[in-house]
Amino acid sequence: MYPSRFNYEAPRSLDEAIALLHDGGDYAKVLAGGQSLVPLMKLRFASPDLIVDINNVPGLDYHRADPDGTLRIGALCRHATLERSDLLKGSQPTMAAAAPLIADPIVRTRGTLVGSLCHADPQGDWASVVTALGGSVVAQGPAGRRTIPLAGFVTGPFENVLEPDEIAVEAVIPAAQGTRSGGYLKLERRVGDFATVGVAIAVETKGDTVTRAGIGLTGVGGSTIAATEAAQALTGQPLTAESIGRAADLAAAAARPRTDHRGSAEYKRHMVRTFVVRILSRGAVEERAA
Amino acid sequence: MTVVYEDHGDEAAGAEVPMRRIKFTINGQKKIAEVEPRLLLAHLIRRGLGLTGTHMGCDTTNCGACTVLVDGRPAKSCTMLAVQADGHEISTVEGLAGAAELHPLQEGFREEHGLQCGFCTPGMMMAAKALLDENPDPTEEDVRWALSGNLCRCTGYQNIVKSVLWAADKLRAEG
Amino acid sequence: MSQAVDEIKIGGLGASRKRVEDSRFIRGKGNYTDDITLPGMLHMEILRSPLAHARIKSIDASKAWDIPGVHLVLTGEMMATRNLAWMPTLSYDTQAVLATDKVRFQGQEVACVIADDPYIAKDACEAIDVDYEPLPVIVNPEQAVADGAPVIRDDKENQADNVIYDWEVGDGAGTDAAFAAADVISKLRLHYPRSHPSPIECCGSIADFNRATEKLTVYMTTQAPHIIRAAVALVAELPEHMIRIISPDIGGGFGNKVPVYPGYVCSILASILLERPVKWIEDKSGNLISTGFARDVYLDGEMALRQDGKILAVRMHTDADHGAFFSDAQPSKFKIGLMHSAFAAYDIPVAHLTARGMYTNKAPGGVAYRCSFRVTEAMFFQERMMQAAADDLGMDQAAFRRMNFVRDEDFPHRTPFGFLTDSGQYAKCLDVGLKAVGYVDFRKQQEEARARGRLLGLGISTMTEPLGAGNSREYDILGIKMFDSAELKVHMTGKAIVRTGARGQGQGHETTWAQIVAHELGIPAEDVVVEEGDTDTAPFGMGTYASRSTPVAGAAVAMVARKIRAKARRLAAHLLEVSEEDIEWELGRFYVRSAPDRGVTIQECAMAAYSNMPDGMEPGLENTAYYDPPNLTWPFAVYIVTVEVDPETGVWDVLNMVAVDDCGVRINPMIVEGQIMGGLTEAYAMSNMQFITFDADGNCVGANYMDYLLPTAWETPGFELHSEVVTPCPHHPIGAKGIGECAAVGGPAAFVNAVIDALSGTGVRNIDMPLLPDRVWEAITQRHDVSGAPPVRSDD
Repeated sequence: MYPSRFNYEAPRSLDEAIALLHDGGDYAKVLAGGQSLVPLMKLRFASPDLIVDINNVPGLDYHRADPDGTLRIGALCRHATLERSDLLKGSQPTMAAAAPLIADPIVRTRGTLVGSLCHADPQGDWASVVTALGGSVVAQGPAGRRTIPLAGFVTGPFENVLEPDEIAVEAVIPAAQGTRSGGYLKLERRVGDFATVGVAIAVETKGDTVTRAGIGLTGVGGSTIAATEAAQALTGQPLTAESIGRAADLAAAAARPRTDHRGSAEYKRHMVRTFVVRILSRGAVEERAA
Repeated sequence: MTVVYEDHGDEAAGAEVPMRRIKFTINGQKKIAEVEPRLLLAHLIRRGLGLTGTHMGCDTTNCGACTVLVDGRPAKSCTMLAVQADGHEISTVEGLAGAAELHPLQEGFREEHGLQCGFCTPGMMMAAKALLDENPDPTEEDVRWALSGNLCRCTGYQNIVKSVLWAADKLRAEG
Repeated sequence: MSQAVDEIKIGGLGASRKRVEDSRFIRGKGNYTDDITLPGMLHMEILRSPLAHARIKSIDASKAWDIPGVHLVLTGEMMATRNLAWMPTLSYDTQAVLATDKVRFQGQEVACVIADDPYIAKDACEAIDVDYEPLPVIVNPEQAVADGAPVIRDDKENQADNVIYDWEVGDGAGTDAAFAAADVISKLRLHYPRSHPSPIECCGSIADFNRATEKLTVYMTTQAPHIIRAAVALVAELPEHMIRIISPDIGGGFGNKVPVYPGYVCSILASILLERPVKWIEDKSGNLISTGFARDVYLDGEMALRQDGKILAVRMHTDADHGAFFSDAQPSKFKIGLMHSAFAAYDIPVAHLTARGMYTNKAPGGVAYRCSFRVTEAMFFQERMMQAAADDLGMDQAAFRRMNFVRDEDFPHRTPFGFLTDSGQYAKCLDVGLKAVGYVDFRKQQEEARARGRLLGLGISTMTEPLGAGNSREYDILGIKMFDSAELKVHMTGKAIVRTGARGQGQGHETTWAQIVAHELGIPAEDVVVEEGDTDTAPFGMGTYASRSTPVAGAAVAMVARKIRAKARRLAAHLLEVSEEDIEWELGRFYVRSAPDRGVTIQECAMAAYSNMPDGMEPGLENTAYYDPPNLTWPFAVYIVTVEVDPETGVWDVLNMVAVDDCGVRINPMIVEGQIMGGLTEAYAMSNMQFITFDADGNCVGANYMDYLLPTAWETPGFELHSEVVTPCPHHPIGAKGIGECAAVGGPAAFVNAVIDALSGTGVRNIDMPLLPDRVWEAITQRHDVSGAPPVRSDD
């Protein structure tokens, strides 16, 4: 429960933070919420030489919709803010469903969505949500900014493509072209548990027709799984019991769960299927204005 | 006041890590401290400040016994570095009553038998305070949800919920 | 006209007096072991084995010694030179303090570092190099006795296998005969999984050896300070009178803080060597992986039944997984604790229990977690077998229990295993429970729901359990009899102090013992301060666990108060200038029988004890009582749970949880209810989500709070408690019975029975706890029983 020694800096601007990372040597980590990093350091699963604390960098704690509907979430936007967000409740059903299910209420006051994406835990909930929504991470480094689609952002458990001197400053959720619907279901044995299985679905419809769909799976593989075939099976037609069933089967097939103390692989696949059906069949699928 | 450090001699020079000077407020009092970056906030509170009402119960950020308020929002002090308190206001159970004899939450826990061994209690009360500051008229469900980051082994939570609702009633009555 | 004080007003028996303890805890002014700082104090951290079974080839601590701030590095080899590498356990076995030849479970203590602060101590632990040679691993009793199994305890002479004991009780021949004559035989096999009491506060000690006074003081998280003093005297070879154990506030015990842990021993040795206080506070991972776990017993149970539902005989075989050392704290006569208290509530003519204990590569323990000495296992096995038997007979669950209950008029009743139960109104309790849950209506609802594909279930658990170990004829730990004690000193102004040999960890002794004094003497409870936990001042006692304190220490409080009252009577006679025969007592006051207005208060008697004694009377008003209970006490409980199971996901929700507890006279109803609710939560936790298991390599799953799941306020159901039925204990001075563990003992079966009931029609008779969603789903879809015994299933 005692981290190993490290150096610590608390820059007051992004440029300063990036410069510190650039000069920081082999093993530097950015500290935002700290609700994933600090526990790892306490168990000594992570022993960085330098911590760059960005909590004092102003202007990163926002979440807002651009005029065209693009949603931007700053690096210091806390889970709790998203949980309470009228913006999300009004226009982002998948995100609104997931926000209350992240960790526990106290961890949510400090943890951040962007930090969670960078942490790249295969059992991380936000990654499935952002995957389903086709979102991206905006990174800033000495050379400037770049936008990295989430699909290419994570390279393995707890590994992402950020350069050592890059900081993720924002997550971007593209604007919807149709009416948003969807949700997030998480099988957790109690609050704060990691997902045994989590399913994020984001659907856009025009009239009855599904124009876009995305499905992200939590906890059933070495990293978040984008069930693209399943999502594609939904598009171009209305949601029917048949199309939902087909998507559910494909999503279950895309899952790569392991049998462990949380359950058999067969059960986890079954739960993927069950959650897909439940999210898409829930009364009429919950509708939100575009 | 003098502060005395252990002097480990010259051989320690290579291993020295610069201490950080931080300024923060704790229960309304302004403090300055020099800390190692790796010192956890909970340890600054317990050992540096001698405020042992904030307890350590686990090592994986689950139990919430260490819950304090940072700028009025609840945080698990075991999962913050002490250096992160720089420039912020920390509130612990010792400051809960303020000028009064007891805060209504403290009264409520006693009235409704909301504690047995008492170890989770400070964390519970701080999390409950954050809830009541935001929502003065919570339902039982609201209370259970707000406290779902704090573990208790003794009470079964039923009386803890009653304690918080008792306090909410009293705070609303006091206006 | 009576001038007795109002007993409830003064906080006597039956008063829901607000707790004395709360005042400091709500202010954050508790005094837990980790809150204590002594001048010059150093800090200790332990290095633990990552492997479950391995030979230690070498330990290189040189880099650790070089870290600035490190004062001492202890290894098994160093302990061995002082004869401290091994220590005796409370079960006549030995346990490694620090590993020497082998490590025998993952998490076993291998070395420890004492440094200026725990951060440095941890750094130094990481710098210790241990070279291990892995050995084959045993994670369950079946593997332990399989052909070719490695001998785990090859340190013991005459230990050629992994069997610790074979034990039996009851009548084998008679039971066989009854089975031969049975109409129906009901069988059930199951595993009560390993669990852990896991109080929020971890274990720890501050050992302070003072060279100048030659006295060793140890602040320690212990539920039994006097047992610890004796153990330390034995292990450290220090004279008993120079050892002081202080148990300060404890953040939950539940049996986890009874055993003697290597960390305590190391901190004591370190303090003696360094002549400075040494503090050891473990972390939660260390606590979960190495300290006294609970349960881990396999049952093979059979019941012989007559067609009409009468139970003719019971046969049980239990295999207990004790881990690497047999270290249970339990009455020495009973290898498997009070497992043979099973079925005490039922009138069964004959029974037979055989029990075997095995060594495995896991942490040592088994007796803990509100278990009343394995009665949790006994009653869980009992009520699971009752459920299965009723199903096998096609009988209603409630009716089957009712017809087999010991009837009110049959007390005292000798159980087939030799216990003597003495009181109860079992049928009445069941009536209350069934009415409260709306039994008849629920069964209707259940049927209607089933027709629509919804799975509702109802589970009943009824039991009486033995609490208050125990009488000196039968009960001892390491030969020390299990009496308890109370010392009462009444000061001249009528205020008092009570000290007992118990040691509460949240049960409210500071509040309730004063209530007993108020009841016996009429002194207001707020005028009585209660102290426990310091072996220098507390009278000798065996500590608080197994719900023994009200039955034994509480009885001692009543008895010592009566001794005080007897002396006060003589003082009263002296003050009133009459003979003792003319004196009557009413609460708080002695008066002259023939002139009731002439009286003296107990406070006036107290003053007289210091200022106006009759000739020949020893001054003062103080006394001590040691209480050897004539029998255990027998509370009775009915727990009924209703659930709904989602057949698609296996997730189940509690609809209702009704508890009817008859624990005799309740000293403080509010505190009693708190204990019951705590126990019900443990029951829910164990049945729903909480367990420790192991993979095939002996890696512990459940060694931190991410994997070992305690329910939060969000999952935990509400409870409906009933206290209408009160059957006083016939032998306890105030008619009280134990209660602290009842709900943890009887509760789990109610939850499991409810889920099994919801699944009736699938043929499923058992799902091992915890009833995780995947297990329930598997049972429903595959229509077979689901076991949860280690090793954990994996894809490999």
